[in-house]
Amino acid sequence: MAERCAVIGVGQTHYTTKRRDVSIAGLVREAALRALEDAGLTFQDIDAVVIGKAPDLFEGVMMPEAYLADALGAAGKPMMRVHTAGSVGGSTALVGAGLIQSGVHERVLVVAFEKQSESNATWALSTHLPFSSSLVVGAGGYFAPHIREYMRRSGAPGHIGVLVAVKDRLNALKNPYAHLRIPGIDRAMVESTPMLWEPIRYLETCPSSDGACAIVLSSERAATGTPAWVHGAAMRSEPIFRAGRDTVSPQAGKDCAADVYRQAGVTDPRRRLDVAEVYVPFSWYEPMWLENLGFAAEGEGWKVTESGATALDGDIPWNPSGGVLSSNPIGASGLIRFAEAALQVRGAAGDHQVDGARLALGHAYGGGAQFFAMWIVGREKP
Amino acid sequence: MREVAIVAFAQTRHTGHDTGLSEPELILPVIEEVKARTGLSRFGFTCSGSCDYLAGAPFSFVSALDAIGAWPPISESHVEMDGAWALYEAWVRLQHGDVDTALVYGFGKSSQGDLRAIMTLQLDPYYLAPLGLDQLSYAALQAAALGAGRDELDAIARRSRADGRRNPYALDLPDDLPGGSPVEPLKESDVAPLTDGAAAVVLAAGDRARELCANPAWIAGIAHRIEPHYLGLRDLARSPSTADAARAAGVGKGPVEVAELHAQFTHEEPILRRALDLPDSTVINPSGGPLAANPVMATGLIRIGEAARRIHDGAARRTVGHATSGPCLQHNLVTVLEA
Repeated sequence: MAERCAVIGVGQTHYTTKRRDVSIAGLVREAALRALEDAGLTFQDIDAVVIGKAPDLFEGVMMPEAYLADALGAAGKPMMRVHTAGSVGGSTALVGAGLIQSGVHERVLVVAFEKQSESNATWALSTHLPFSSSLVVGAGGYFAPHIREYMRRSGAPGHIGVLVAVKDRLNALKNPYAHLRIPGIDRAMVESTPMLWEPIRYLETCPSSDGACAIVLSSERAATGTPAWVHGAAMRSEPIFRAGRDTVSPQAGKDCAADVYRQAGVTDPRRRLDVAEVYVPFSWYEPMWLENLGFAAEGEGWKVTESGATALDGDIPWNPSGGVLSSNPIGASGLIRFAEAALQVRGAAGDHQVDGARLALGHAYGGGAQFFAMWIVGREKP
Repeated sequence: MREVAIVAFAQTRHTGHDTGLSEPELILPVIEEVKARTGLSRFGFTCSGSCDYLAGAPFSFVSALDAIGAWPPISESHVEMDGAWALYEAWVRLQHGDVDTALVYGFGKSSQGDLRAIMTLQLDPYYLAPLGLDQLSYAALQAAALGAGRDELDAIARRSRADGRRNPYALDLPDDLPGGSPVEPLKESDVAPLTDGAAAVVLAAGDRARELCANPAWIAGIAHRIEPHYLGLRDLARSPSTADAARAAGVGKGPVEVAELHAQFTHEEPILRRALDLPDSTVINPSGGPLAANPVMATGLIRIGEAARRIHDGAARRTVGHATSGPCLQHNLVTVLEA
């Protein structure tokens, strides 16, 4: 990478079911202003704006960058709109980082959002092109069979998903921005909730959230405040309908991780990384991604989860923010992972700070577990 | 900036109706064509542009990955914008220096829905979209603001149609201009036709470009700018974002022999021409331009591809490709290509 790139500002809205008090523009502007304030900057200091969100059908606004240009101070500047399905928040950060790493710009504002209360995402995800029948309802219907296949292959006991659901919601109690903050959350509570898509129970799935996340990216020259330096950045995609692709542990995820580890000089992610914010929208994706990302050997991911290693006080905390299981403004969920990774290495994560975090992974995936975006950020310059 | 060139360009034979091809079927032949022309089967980066609302379903870009053969997995991204912005993202990616080639494509089937009504949905959903302004209505506001003469606009329509008839990829539209006026002051002939189509471009850096193409079209400058969304905040007769992007891309640093402009309405051509400060000697839209074929989400990419083609075939040494997005030329991208 030609130029160094740093995260110098992070801004989030409080994630919640319905933000009735703000328009879509108001929502994204709230996150953007908080990120600028964190960086000690204003819109005038920004060279370009990159926004990302999941399908436009979620709000019913087509190509919303046109409408949001004013609210994000983009008038007179370049503005881009990224869309790579669920991974889009991560991809948006990577497109923004690319504008710095290429030397094209000095400071870029990256914003991702979803205002799920404007529509019903499950049904927006369940329409299909003519002549292809829809066999599933929503993302849970699509991913549940992949989870069952993971359980069959690994022999994982049925309670592992429940452990993740409890762990992430306990973390969410320490994150003031988290949507689901459930006092007294425990295994019995999760197990008492209805089965939605076998084996995914109600409390093992992510909520539908309104919210936005923003980050300010900077070149080394233009950095302010406490930077989190980008040590590696990668995206990978594979075709959804390719016969023989492994949907449980996709090759694109493995390749993307290998690329980002190589750039950051990471050979043993569990030992070398201090914390990971990983896209886990359904509880079982923690053990599945532990294996896909090389934190555990194949078939062993569930044992790492069961051991407590991924808890906030474990040796490799996963999703100290509460993760996607606790807040899910879909288009922003990937960027929140990337931003939380940056907060950790900046030492700015508040009550869910991992002590001494120096190197962190941000991860997002989307589509039929076929689009992957990852970055590694560190306290020191690469 | 690292030297990057367009080394191949391909487009579908665009149609004014649905031919029954799905989007992946539409894309596959143009991807195969640029692969054959460059001899490349893998690219360092891939980026596409498309719009879910044209298909009426989420993730219109997902099935496209099946057409490009993304296996083993590829480094890939997508913009919910015209393919011209996918080209911009790919150009940025090539500046990193770690990859040397990029595949860019854009596609759209306007035949699947009511494009005029769909375009209303890109307006502010609280204050503008509820007014029911469709694409023709807000274009008519801009045409009225400009107040160009009817003879000038009809001449642009006739020239575009004549050039389009000579372009095997564009539609075959008659010389006799239809008389109807959908929204005053627009005539039917002022409006780009509804079109299905796709296009693909290959970018390559430095010596790799010279290996892959006898006459690479070097990207001497590329830049884009957006304007305020609200029509009332803008002087619709001018396009300052095009002028700013042109300055940043260096349009004025030399003569422009050919300019391919993303003008979807006749009145947009004089607005863009003035913003780009193009002299009378510059040939505008020799392909026929969007008024002869307008496959939405590929149209802007095709402008850049057509501008590159003039350099590939030795017909020109310096050309400009322009792409636009948003209502009334809100967002404009300018590319300068040189032999």
